[in-house]
Amino acid sequence: MPTNNSNSEQTAKQEMLEVRVWRGQGQGQLKPYQVPLRKNQTVLDVITEIQRLQAPDLSYRFSCRVGVCGSCAMTVNGKPRWTCRTHVSKVADEGVLTIEPLRNLPKIKDLVCDLAPFIDTWQKAGAVFKPTGTRYDAPAKVDPDSACRRAADASLQCINCAVCYSACDVVNWNKDYVGPAALNRAWTLLNDVRHDERAATLDKVFEDGGCGSCHSHGNCTRHCPIELSPSASIAGLKRTLFTGLPGK
Amino acid sequence: MKERHLFLLQRLSAIFLAPLVVLHLVVIMIAVRNGLSAEEILNRTQGNYFWGGFYVLFVVSVSIHAPIGIRNVLREWTAIPKTQVNQICIFLAVIFLMSGLRAVAAVI
Amino acid sequence: MTPLNKHQSYFAAIGHRFSGVLLSLFLPVHFLLLGTALEGEANFDRYLAFADNPLVKFAEWGLVILLSLHLFFGLRVLMLEFTSWPATKHLGKGENPMIRRWSSWVIPSVIASAFIGVIFLVQSF
Repeated sequence: MPTNNSNSEQTAKQEMLEVRVWRGQGQGQLKPYQVPLRKNQTVLDVITEIQRLQAPDLSYRFSCRVGVCGSCAMTVNGKPRWTCRTHVSKVADEGVLTIEPLRNLPKIKDLVCDLAPFIDTWQKAGAVFKPTGTRYDAPAKVDPDSACRRAADASLQCINCAVCYSACDVVNWNKDYVGPAALNRAWTLLNDVRHDERAATLDKVFEDGGCGSCHSHGNCTRHCPIELSPSASIAGLKRTLFTGLPGK
Repeated sequence: MKERHLFLLQRLSAIFLAPLVVLHLVVIMIAVRNGLSAEEILNRTQGNYFWGGFYVLFVVSVSIHAPIGIRNVLREWTAIPKTQVNQICIFLAVIFLMSGLRAVAAVI
Repeated sequence: MTPLNKHQSYFAAIGHRFSGVLLSLFLPVHFLLLGTALEGEANFDRYLAFADNPLVKFAEWGLVILLSLHLFFGLRVLMLEFTSWPATKHLGKGENPMIRRWSSWVIPSVIASAFIGVIFLVQSF
């Protein structure tokens, strides 16, 4: 059967990727898998291939597959990343890929972690929008060139993927610290003229575990998949001690 | 006192300390030449208002700056409860201030 | 407490912290010994003679280096926090230039502190 022969020959030639995936509930360990190495293969493709063909009980999260939803963030070879936007060729270390859940968050099962503590930091940091107007008012007029609007603009479009929270060394050793994402959001609210509780937000930002705990390692800014700079936002928050609330 | 006040004090004392530390380092470099002697040091400092003010400012700034820094380290890296950390740091501030001012009084 | 990255700003933060803790531990000793000048010049000279001991010199040299390291790393924090960062998005441009700037401060700080240490040694021997 010549067809079969050529097939097995192809399989023999097929280069394989060594993938070590964190498996377990609460307690766990890395389990080895082998996946054919392909061109244009993302880390999420690799995980999906393992789940479909080798380990149907593998738990992981994803939704949009194109870097819009922020649900597929995991630790890939030691660094937090969006697995959907990470090409294997870019991160594989000598043909080896190690995939773990995000650090700094409680593990649930396999590659899924509990995001509740991360979401809670928004409340704690005062990063909750309270509008000055109601739906019956005309939309607020915001000058696109004003300093506030420009500062807010630089920090907007966070999709809450928790990569920065997972990258932060201070969160790692101090669970009271609210972390970069919540502070980044608080900074956009302080620069939002439509936010009614700017003073309250500023108070919360400086409470225990707030922006004073940041040591400017810069891991958040280094790892943000959309290259926001929570470091800049946190520096802005700290400067308000000397300058007061950002002017309109 | 709130966290934000401690943070502000920490930064303000740092801004004060930076030039003081530079001058202190320069003085050290000059003073260690040919070995230290009590006479040499006391000749420079005794009855001198500039050095008196300089060292008082230095001691006060350090007594604010160092305990707040230690507080951050203890809170982040140890399991000591917050109230005890605060007590330790107030104690440290008092020790720094008393022993520091005594040292200034001794050389001025 | 495992760091994610051992990059330069990590070493700046850790170096800043350790030098600060060590300086704080040394500070009361420094003050108490200087205070002995109150008990007369003879006692003070005895302390200073002790300070001439090569081992003690070595410790002093360490303190001078710690002090200058803490100074440089502290200046880095002050400037990083209190100078404004450009309010622009940084899409697809690689490493953030401000992060690079404040990382590149670290090696010169270490070199400058080592240099101050050398001056101290040259002056005192």
